[in-house]
Amino acid sequence: MVSPVTHAVDADFLALPRAALADAALDAARRGGAQHADLRVHRLRSQHLELRDGRVVVAADQETVGLAVRVLRDGVWGFAAHVDLTPETAAATARRALEVSGTLAALVTERVTLADEPVHAGVTWVSPYDVDPWAVDVADKIGLLTERSTGLLAAPGVDHVAASCVQVKEQTFYADSAGTTTTQQRVRVDPDVTITTVDRAGGGFETLRTLAPPAGRGWEYLTGTGWDWDAELAELPDLLAEKVAAPSVVAGPTDLVIDPTNLWLVIHESIGHATEYDRAIGYEAAYAGTSFATPDQLGTLRYGSDVLTVTGDRTVPHGLASVGWDDDGVAAQDFDLVRDGVLVGYQVDRSFAPRLGLARSNGCAYADSAEHVPLQRMANVSLRADPDTDRSTAALIDGVEDGIYIVGDRSWSIDMQRYNFQFTGQRFHRIRGGKLVGQVRDVAYQATTTDFWGSLEAVGGRSTWRLGGAFNCGKAQPGQVAPVSHGCPSALLRRVNVLNTGSGS
Amino acid sequence: MSAPGSALVERTLAIAARRAPDAGVVALVREVSEAVVRWANSTLTTNGQTVERRLSVIMLVPLEGGTGAGVATVPAPTALAAGPEGDAVIGEAVDGAVEAARRAGPARDAAPLPAATDGAPGDWDDPAGATSMAVFGRLAEELGASFRADETSFGFADHRVTTTWLGTSAGVRRRWVEPGGAVELNLKDPATGTSVWGGEGATDVADIDVTALVGRLRDRLPWGRRRLELPAGRYETILPPSAVSDLMIYLAWSMGGRPAQEGRSAFSRAGGTRVGERLGALPLTLAGDPAAPGFPDLAYTPVLATTYSGDEVSVFDNGATTGRVEWVRDGEIATLAYPRAAAAEYDVPFAAPTDNLVLTGGEEATLEEMVASTERGLLLTCLWYIREVDPTTLLLTGLTRDGVYLVERGEIVGEVNNFRFNESPLDLLRRATEAGTTERTLPREWKDWFTRAAMPPLRVPDYHMTSVSPGR
Repeated sequence: MVSPVTHAVDADFLALPRAALADAALDAARRGGAQHADLRVHRLRSQHLELRDGRVVVAADQETVGLAVRVLRDGVWGFAAHVDLTPETAAATARRALEVSGTLAALVTERVTLADEPVHAGVTWVSPYDVDPWAVDVADKIGLLTERSTGLLAAPGVDHVAASCVQVKEQTFYADSAGTTTTQQRVRVDPDVTITTVDRAGGGFETLRTLAPPAGRGWEYLTGTGWDWDAELAELPDLLAEKVAAPSVVAGPTDLVIDPTNLWLVIHESIGHATEYDRAIGYEAAYAGTSFATPDQLGTLRYGSDVLTVTGDRTVPHGLASVGWDDDGVAAQDFDLVRDGVLVGYQVDRSFAPRLGLARSNGCAYADSAEHVPLQRMANVSLRADPDTDRSTAALIDGVEDGIYIVGDRSWSIDMQRYNFQFTGQRFHRIRGGKLVGQVRDVAYQATTTDFWGSLEAVGGRSTWRLGGAFNCGKAQPGQVAPVSHGCPSALLRRVNVLNTGSGS
Repeated sequence: MSAPGSALVERTLAIAARRAPDAGVVALVREVSEAVVRWANSTLTTNGQTVERRLSVIMLVPLEGGTGAGVATVPAPTALAAGPEGDAVIGEAVDGAVEAARRAGPARDAAPLPAATDGAPGDWDDPAGATSMAVFGRLAEELGASFRADETSFGFADHRVTTTWLGTSAGVRRRWVEPGGAVELNLKDPATGTSVWGGEGATDVADIDVTALVGRLRDRLPWGRRRLELPAGRYETILPPSAVSDLMIYLAWSMGGRPAQEGRSAFSRAGGTRVGERLGALPLTLAGDPAAPGFPDLAYTPVLATTYSGDEVSVFDNGATTGRVEWVRDGEIATLAYPRAAAAEYDVPFAAPTDNLVLTGGEEATLEEMVASTERGLLLTCLWYIREVDPTTLLLTGLTRDGVYLVERGEIVGEVNNFRFNESPLDLLRRATEAGTTERTLPREWKDWFTRAAMPPLRVPDYHMTSVSPGR
């Protein structure tokens, strides 16, 4: 693999009056009595391309930028943001944040303290990617998506093709009253192709989507680096034809081999969100929800079998949550969440670390835009592959007499304590006597988090480990979205409840 | 403090006309002023007051074989509306959109921009509307007074004023201001573990009576003192208006005409669409209407403004006047959403997605009266984490949240465990046996995207609870 080019932060972002904005905002905050203040200049560039049946439906560029000031005065947060990037507005926004802090201070009964963090002054980080999507002519991008669409439309049984790619470049400048100043640039892409076959006579239809996950990569991801598009697109029509002809699943407890392209989402919902400390102590109770994994069970909760070891990180190359420093100015780290099946940690930011008794934040603060306040958001939360044996997915399948191999994510839903979940997938391959013998359809699997992970018998080795992920993890009010990746190997789980979602379910 | 968006729209149209004289142009400026406050465990957690402004330029460029569309959205600081630097940024956005339109090729949704029906409105040059933390004066007082030691309070209040200026090369000039806010409240009783939720939306958040909301939720807390465990299964279930709204919103979002015509939606049937199909015995009508008869708080400006094309809307329709759409009429599927070009292609009326949804056609019964007339059944509070399982039938899954109650002989007899359900809103309309009186409600699941809803409670004789959810 070619090692990624190290890019510089774009000159037009560096040309923004970062130091002047920081000086103006932090000075005004200090004068107003803030014990801590930070300024963030946050710019998001995105390009959305979407084709239907080979014709462009959306070709849209979007840029947003603004400055955000957060102050902590007498243990009470205040936040304000504005679109104007002038020192005068920065100072006025800091004063507004102080006002906001004071407005409802009477309702505050718990004062915030921040965990200490070393000062990181004048530092810069750029995510690893080869080709800046904004350096590629839009004609070439549309050309590639058109070529793939028309190729698939020509295949037997394919009636419709939807092809899209969202590309994002996120740039932040962060400066706080302790002296940390960070400048960062991240690039990510989310390509997607879905084919549909329609039964005009019978009135039904079926779809199949590519498995390529969104990734912290550049345009090279569309042309072969990190994903073999040609191979995947070539097999898509036949797989769809097989899916349409497949028999409906027989419901009941079923042994499952789950591919990383499906399992990442289960990890996201049932472990990633459940080990967010703010959720676990009720900060999301009225909206995103709480967690069954409460802090009183830290070190004792049996989350799953001994095979289950899960880490959080903001460092994995191409991870969607990977950064140099978080939006609290904390350096990116790796940490344990579940070790040998037992809950051992939480994701925190600087305000929650002291409440958990930690001396330092593990770096999980993120705000999705200038208009939104940073909060604890998800790190890349990943399941460890078998460290001793590089077991293949085929070897896991070989251990199943009668079961299903599930590939690709589709529908997902989990309750507000992250306990009862139900997932579907793109493809369900029937396993008989350790071999794949064709697809079945109408499959959903439903379980309780600890039962599910308790039934984890084995995981694949390092060679099966893949990063999955999403651009649109939602949390908080007002709503924020965050990009996040989850690495995992293939996995074998015994006797998971499978539902038949077909007609008459 | 902000330059009126009208100047920015005119400037953008002028620059675009110089750079691409043959192109259709849409200039859209949106300013959002927002104040928010959030609390948990009976203490304030986060807050904020923000101002955001964007300019979107949509270029509709004549090409060989049709017209291409390109969109560019840029931040719109005050400086953008004045000076050569602003001209350069706008010019770059216009050029980017023209280039995207050329490369995109002829669009299937191409149509001439809607013509202006009148001149610029009298408030065209007025500044944007604004809000501030001051709107929460009443909330702070009432919420602070409501905090007490034997229960914990969680919630969120927001107030947002969105000002939109829309100008097109076809002469359309429209400006409108949409204020809106909501209070959501979740009370928990640590002694019983019970959790209750309620929410209210309003044009002015200061109109919301938090004390009354707290009172209504406190009436429910005692229901949690008796806990009952019920297994998964089919139950007679009363869905309150909030739960109905989340299901009807998803239904309306799925009513794209083209997917139905192409055979790839739950609204397709062999050889056509399901328009005209009778769903159930109840004469229910699901409609969206800018005038919102009966619910003046749900009214919205009847002008289409969008920066994206899709199966239901088109950038070519910017400036079109929108009207009442009856998606379901007297129990029959009546209308699917079509942009103007698709409407012409399929020879059906133009119907844009509506910004409110009102379900009517039920009886006069209130939720309480429907409970009183129930021999044995479940009463829900709201639904959560609703996701599509099977698009061919619109089968959705999701969970009950913040209170499922068992009704016996017309009385609430205790609180039941939560459930996961698997149900299609189409099937629910087919099977519902009673609808009550329609009232304004706040969707729990989709509130971030859709707030203007009025729904009746619905009785479903056999709601499908597919598993028990141990979370509370």
